[in-house]
Amino acid sequence: MSIRRDRPRRFGLIAGAALTAFFVAVAVAGQFWTPYDPGAMSIMDRLEAPNLRHWFGTDQLGRDVLSQLLAGAKTSVGVALLSVIIGALVGVPLGLMAAARRGAVDELIMRGNDLIFAFPSLLLAILITAAFGPGAVNAIIAIGIFNIPVFARVTRGGALQLWTRDFSSAARVAGKGPVRISLEHVLPNMVGLLIVQATIQFSLGVMAEAGLSYVGLGAQPPTPSWGRMLNEAQTLTALSPTLALFPGLAVLLFVLGLNLLGDGLRRRQERSE
Amino acid sequence: MTSASAAPLLRIDALSVSIGATPILKNLSLAVGAGEILGLVGASGSGKTLTALAIMQLLPANSTLTGEIRLRGELLTGKSESEMQSVRGRDLGLVFQEPMTALNPLMQIGDQVAETIRLHRSVSAAEAACAARETLELVGLPGGRAAPHLLPYELSGGERQRVAIAMAVALNPPLLIADEPTTALDVGTQAHVLRLLQELAHSRGMGLILVTHDLAVVALVTDRVALLHQGEIVEQGATAQLLRHLQHPYGRALLAAARSKPKRSAPRSGTAPPVLEVRDIVQEYPRRRRSLGRAPAPLRAVDGVSLTVHAGETVGVVGESGSGKSSLLRVILALEGARGGDVILLGEGFSDARGRRLRRLRRGIQAVFQDPYGSFDPRWSVERLIAEPYFLLDAPPDAATRRRSVAGLLELVGLSAADARRYPHEFSGGQRQRIAIARALITEPAVIAFDEAVSALDALVRTQILELLAQLSERLGLAYLFVSHDLNVVRSIADRTYVMQHGRIVEHGPTEAIFTSPHHAYTRALIAAAPILS
Repeated sequence: MSIRRDRPRRFGLIAGAALTAFFVAVAVAGQFWTPYDPGAMSIMDRLEAPNLRHWFGTDQLGRDVLSQLLAGAKTSVGVALLSVIIGALVGVPLGLMAAARRGAVDELIMRGNDLIFAFPSLLLAILITAAFGPGAVNAIIAIGIFNIPVFARVTRGGALQLWTRDFSSAARVAGKGPVRISLEHVLPNMVGLLIVQATIQFSLGVMAEAGLSYVGLGAQPPTPSWGRMLNEAQTLTALSPTLALFPGLAVLLFVLGLNLLGDGLRRRQERSE
Repeated sequence: MTSASAAPLLRIDALSVSIGATPILKNLSLAVGAGEILGLVGASGSGKTLTALAIMQLLPANSTLTGEIRLRGELLTGKSESEMQSVRGRDLGLVFQEPMTALNPLMQIGDQVAETIRLHRSVSAAEAACAARETLELVGLPGGRAAPHLLPYELSGGERQRVAIAMAVALNPPLLIADEPTTALDVGTQAHVLRLLQELAHSRGMGLILVTHDLAVVALVTDRVALLHQGEIVEQGATAQLLRHLQHPYGRALLAAARSKPKRSAPRSGTAPPVLEVRDIVQEYPRRRRSLGRAPAPLRAVDGVSLTVHAGETVGVVGESGSGKSSLLRVILALEGARGGDVILLGEGFSDARGRRLRRLRRGIQAVFQDPYGSFDPRWSVERLIAEPYFLLDAPPDAATRRRSVAGLLELVGLSAADARRYPHEFSGGQRQRIAIARALITEPAVIAFDEAVSALDALVRTQILELLAQLSERLGLAYLFVSHDLNVVRSIADRTYVMQHGRIVEHGPTEAIFTSPHHAYTRALIAAAPILS
């Protein structure tokens, strides 16, 4: 006889991991093979509904939607991934430093964080792209800057907790300084926490890239992008309703998968603690 | 099954529990009568807590249970989860070890007690609040001082445990289960909480199961004892007789451990040169600012403490939590800079040392911390952990020498050389403290500081560790600075003892003199409060 109190909710984790793996695989595969050249126009075949030749139909210039989606996955994954890397590379050391030094250094770093947090994110992204011109690289930088305070804050929180543990005191009794302890004891023990945060930021990055491209500040033609596909489909919704459906579904499912994965990982992390 | 009354309040028959495929409890039978206090005693891992959870029907999901648990003749083992929800709280109260985690940190304590009442009885909010206030008064938290509007963080550990008890007894349940309710508390607070539980049981005719590993506590308050060893009850009976005529070897070992004193030669004080001198240490912490105008006066945690440790000598520092002993130790270990005073280690100024000099001096003093689970980086192997203080040497030894000395130290502390390749989670609490001792020994220090180093251990394991420490001190001529709230521990190991209260040393002298003829009122109160097995 047993009482089931905490039934493991692993379905979300598995579904999230599967969706994420699928889209990443698609992004990689899209580099080597697409059914058609994603940029090849064919006015004769424009605005076709999904059919056997064009599974997801064609757009107003007769380009194959499936091929564009496959090629556009690279932009989504690439921009989101690089912006997460920028955020982590800058934010994690800042968070470690704030936790290790405390005092004035901590205040300076965290209030600087608050300053970035206080900006509406899209506004700053528009500012950056307006100043440096639209394009995938500037989108990466804009989204990356917003990831910095997130990583700094999460790292600081986790690190502060680890600094109270006796093994940090033991390392200090062994003569180690704050930098060495941060690298040897603190950072390795919060890898799980950071992976969870990276997954969540990744999903926000996919959305942000789609949003920026949608308003025309992200990837520029001819680089394929889900956000720009949505933008172009918008004016044609009445003529061809399926045109907006597939890129929209792609963003939705990818973000959903990443969120499920992040949530599942977070829950597993909490259980193991 | 000796002295239970004709119709016991709680009756457990042939209870067996396994988690997964591992049997944890084997054929356990118990009975508790109304107004009776049963002590459930055993080492950690013996199944004490699982027995309590089985009675509450709160076992983990992958466990299987056979046997019967009856409360007032009613079978609990067959009840559904929703039926059990109305039984818990109303008929069965539960008090946990760690009061802070049992309370909601954001809810006023009066509301928390009232919530328990309203979950089980259809009463108005005002009636529940009134009943909650009465219950809080009953457990010694009267409306005047600790008003029901306080939040858990505003209370001390003992007061929090009183709130947890108030929640458990608010509905006057016939049976209360208290799982190590005083293990996290100071001696003084422990005595108050134990007396409260005893009064509740006797005045209300409430059955009480007191889960503990401390035989002294058992001797003090329980009517009957059941001794649990590896999931089986090995002995059971009336407390006074049972403690006098223990049959089972485990019970005898436990009793011997509770009474033992590590064997060592006559105390050596005063003659040897001092290795550690602490002079007029003052440590202050800023308090939370409540107004913009003026900063509040800082909290003075250590207020002019001086003490001396001679070579080869064991010095104890006792005091309740909040007395400043941990802050003092952090200053002595140069983990924190002090507001004032000096620490002189082996004749050199330690507190103001920097850089190379600090690293060289650190070799002379090492530390063993309280929490055997928190003092090791879980990702490091034992060899790497023990060798960590080698960082203090200017020329760290090569890998082969390192491996040899780690192996030697592991054997010295009673582990095997092969343990070097394992990871901390593979060891028990006692074994981890042995590893911590090995780590403290590797730089061959003159002094080792212990911060509550045996407080988290079972009585039996604690005695083994204290004996190991006494041996090591003899063999290596080590000096110890032993900080603890546990008077029995300090009495059994220290040559000289300092008593600390509110950041000051109120009394010091040879340990036996302090314990047999204490001068200060605080020392006398501490000694009176500590449960001691006669």
